Formats: sequence, C-alpha cells, structure tokens
Amino acid sequence: MIVAEGLHFGYGDQSVLRGLDLTARPGRVLGLLGPNGSGKTTALRMLYGSLRPHAGRVSLDGRPLASLGPRQVSRRVAVVVQENDADSLLTVREMVTLGRLPRLSTFQRTGVADHRAVDLALERVGASHLVRRRFAELSGGERQRVLVARALAQESDFLLLDEPTNHLDVRYQHEVLDLVRTVAGSAVIVLHDLNLAARYCDDLVLLDQGRVVRAGSPDHVLDPATVESVYGIGVSRTELAGPPQLLFHPLAPARTTERLPA
Amino acid sequence: MVTVAPEVRAERPRSGDGAAQARARRWIAGLLVGLLVSLLAGIALGAVHVPLDSIVEVLGHHLFLVPGEQTWTGPRDAIVWKVRLPRVLLAALVGAGLAVCGMALQAMVRNLLADPYLLGVNSGASTGAAAAILFGVTFGLGEHALSGSAFLGAVAASLLVYAVARSAGRVTSTRLLLAGVAVGYALQAVTSFLIFASDSAEGARSVMFWLLGSLALAEWGQPLALAAVVVLLTITVLAVLGRQLDALAVGDETALALGVRPERLRTALLVLVALCVAVLVSAAGSIGFVGLVVPHLARRAVGAAHVRAVPVAALMGAILLVWADVLARVVLAPQEIPIGIITSVVGAPFLLVLVRRLQAGAA
Repeated sequence: MIVAEGLHFGYGDQSVLRGLDLTARPGRVLGLLGPNGSGKTTALRMLYGSLRPHAGRVSLDGRPLASLGPRQVSRRVAVVVQENDADSLLTVREMVTLGRLPRLSTFQRTGVADHRAVDLALERVGASHLVRRRFAELSGGERQRVLVARALAQESDFLLLDEPTNHLDVRYQHEVLDLVRTVAGSAVIVLHDLNLAARYCDDLVLLDQGRVVRAGSPDHVLDPATVESVYGIGVSRTELAGPPQLLFHPLAPARTTERLPA
Repeated sequence: MVTVAPEVRAERPRSGDGAAQARARRWIAGLLVGLLVSLLAGIALGAVHVPLDSIVEVLGHHLFLVPGEQTWTGPRDAIVWKVRLPRVLLAALVGAGLAVCGMALQAMVRNLLADPYLLGVNSGASTGAAAAILFGVTFGLGEHALSGSAFLGAVAASLLVYAVARSAGRVTSTRLLLAGVAVGYALQAVTSFLIFASDSAEGARSVMFWLLGSLALAEWGQPLALAAVVVLLTITVLAVLGRQLDALAVGDETALALGVRPERLRTALLVLVALCVAVLVSAAGSIGFVGLVVPHLARRAVGAAHVRAVPVAALMGAILLVWADVLARVVLAPQEIPIGIITSVVGAPFLLVLVRRLQAGAA
C-alpha cells in the first residue's frame, strides 16, 4: 500500500501541491485526474521518490519512502514515465531487460530467471513478436506496450503510469488501459480522459490546484457539478454503457453540428 | 572485457539476447585478432620497413628474454623496441580510450554528436600546452612540462565545465552540452591569443602540430603506463556499468525508476571520462573524430547495449588509430603529418554516410 499524507510541494513561490492525501491499495487501479497544472504528475512522481515533498510524507507498506533508496523503491514500484525516449537505440528486448536492473547487482549478469521474466512480460503484453525490433522504430501504441512489459519485468507490486494514453489513437488508448487492468495487480494512473478513467479505474482521485477535490468510486467522483466547477466546462452524464460516461458541452456553439441539449 | 559464461547460453537456446551475445563474442574475437595484426603492421611499416621475422625476434628477445644469437642490427632493435612499439601501443590506447569516452558521453548527454572533447578537455589541454610551448610555463614539471601543463589545463577546463553545468546540485544533459561548447570556444580563443601574442614562429608551429595530434612523443615510461592504466580502468568501468548507462541513455526519470541515481552516476562517469581524456590528450594532443565516429560503428555492429558496445568500441578505436598513425608516418615519409589530419580525412566522410543512413532510417 502506498500512502501519501499532507503533501506540499512547489517551484519557487508557485505551489503545486497543497496538502494532498491519497492511498493506493493493493489489487486496485487508482486514477489520478485533474486539469492541467493540478499537480497529478507531481503527485505521481512523489510516489516513487523522483520528487521529495516539502512537507508531508509518503510511505510504502508502512515504511517512509524517504528512508528507502531508489533501488529498494524500484523493486516494489515500477513506473512507466513520459519521457522523450523515442530515439533510444536499444532493441525491444534490451529495453525490457532494463526492467531487471533493480534485481541485479552491478557485477551480476542477466541469468535464466531474468530472461524468463523478460519473455513472460513480453508475452503478457503481446509484444513477443517485437523483440528484435528497435524501440525507436515502434508505433506509439507498441512503445507503450513495451514500456509496460519493462515495468512487468521489474516484478514489482505497484505499477505507476503517467498519462499512458498520450498521443495514442482511440483504439490504442483502450488497449493500453485494458492491458494495465489485466496485467497489473495494483496501479496508479495519471489520466486526462475522464471517461477512460471511469471505465478502467476502481478508484479515482480528482485534483484541483494541488488539493483533492473528490475521491472514491468513479460514480462518486465524476459528479457532473464537481467536474463542471473543476474544469469549467459544462457536463452531462450517462450510464447507458455501464460505468458513468460524461458528455462535455462546448464553450461556444459548434459551427456545423447542433448543440446538445443541456 | 566482457566474457560470457557458456552454461548461460546453453540454457536458453532460442533467446534473442543469446543471439546478440554470440554476435558480440564473434566481433570481439575478430577484433582482437585484428588488433594484433594491426599492432604488428604498425611496427613493421614506416619510413623504414622492418620485416616480420625481425620484429618477432626483437620482441621475443625483450619480452621473453629469448636467448640466442643476435641476428638483427642495433638500429633495427631501437626502431622496433624503442620507437615503434611504444608508439603503436600508445596509438591503440588513445584510440580505445577516445572511443569509449565518446560512447559514454553520447549516452550521458543523449546526443549522438557528442565526442570526448565535449567537456572542454582538449581546449584546456591545448591552452596548457600553448602556455608551456610559447611562454615556458612549466609548473616545475621538468621534462614532462608539455604533457603536464596540458593535463593541468585539461583538468581545469573540465572542472570549469562541470561548475557551469551544475546548478542547484544537478547536472542535466542539456546544460552539460552547452557548458562544454561554451568553455571550449572560450579556451580556443585563449589559445589563439597565446599564439598571436607570441613572437616565436617556431613555437606557433609546434603548438599547431600538437593541436592536430601526434604520437611522435611516445616512449616507454610513466606517461605510457599511466595511459594504459587509465584507459583499461575506463573500459572496465564503462562495460561493468553498461546496464546503468543504458538506463541513463534512455532518460533520467527512467534511470531513477529503475533504481539508478542519474545525478550520481553522471557525476561519477564525468570524473572518470574527463580524467581519461585529459591523460590521452596530454599524451597525444587532440585527435579528432575517433571518439565521435567509432561509437556509431560499434553500435552498428553489436547494438546499443553498452555491455557489448563498449568493448567493441574500444577494440575498433584501437585498430583505427594504429592504422591512422601508420598512414601519418607513411604518406609523406620521411616527413610525418599530424594524425588528426588523417582521422579527420577518414572520419568526416564516414560521419556524412552515417548521417545519411540515420535520416533514411528515421524517415
């Protein structure tokens, strides 16, 4: 279980997090939502020690994260980061094998167990056929798959993902999140798309200006009035397709289509 | 160097990584043979040709104290043992060192155009050497005044680059790149000014010669031993830290997520690389293109994973520089041309081809 309590953080005099609390429970997929600049990514980075809070604390199964080194953290928590890694020269296999790094000492070479973990991870994300390709040559969707495989190869308890659906088309957005749900026992996902969050997350936390506005089930968090006040856009909600889904009302009337009735 | 335990391979016959390792082993074996042949050729060829059997006799005599009748002449012994052997060894060490340092820096700043001189090391060394040659600044180093002041200049320059690149306790790749370029240009200006301000045309000529690189000063002694120790250490450390370097090359956040502290690793590697390049530059001047081009060749051969690419780059760099030095001695024999001219003539078109391929691959 990852517990964050009273996190404060800022750059200069601009504060990003103002007393944020959240809990990532084992076996659950937690979605972090909020407008641009609400502190989602900052909060996520605190959960694996990439940023240290100015005040407050993060604990991993009861132990303060600050007392653990990055190596210890990386054995428990795997991260799929948004990074400009598209020009990496590694092959897919080499990229996924990097996931074994936390489990190997400096002088240890990769052994049978490592190769098995890598093979299994690639298989689980359906990327076994890509092993010999260069990571840089893959499509956006394939790259996300490979990064999830790398995280799986880490054999950690928690999977953290920062906007894994970025730059992916609709089909791949669903594919990646479906994959995360299937393969990761426990995950924290930063997401922009509220409807994807409603469909693929067990719990949601909605942030605004560095604070939690609402937390709980998708049904509870995606309350139209709350979403409207946080994002400043009109919302209506439907539950025809199972989980709650939101329809957004354009700020100005569309030119070619009729405006939806509020 | 990397060796691969045979039992590991036996246990996973169909793994893609096994194939890559086997390929790397073949390359390393081939390059080791190539290096041996190149070293012999480097001893044999030059203004005076030395036949192979004489080389074997002289080397056997000195290395293994093979007794027997001395059938070779004194000058030939001197050429092989005193002049050419230390020279080809220095060439191999400089080539290997520049290649792996270039590769490490390309990973650290995530830029394929990075080279070992990015850290301002060569500009600093040049300034130090120019001060020594033109104005007799010796720092009390006696016979090692030239290489000693070059080394001090190199270390000072890399400290400066590091100080500029470091901000709030962090060294980011972009800042390192920019700081290296800025300090490099500034020190080049200082060197040019020293040459301009000096009256000695002879001195200016020797600074020029030094700037373009030369192995003519190679001899048995401490500088060669130091180069050997530092280069072998650098190759070993970079190969051992290969996986960490791979993670760092992907990105700082990725490295951290995989349990590697990017700042700490980068700082440690910077110290190692700056030291290695400073030793090499003070021994042989700044020889361009090896550290830029060889890493690309090595990655093309065995892939980008540093565990495999580092040893291959070291061997390729060694071979390349031994042959460049042979050309430098032979082309206008008995006159020698600066080896930097050879490496640039060979390296520049090579780089152009690489750039063309890179574009084609990306499109």
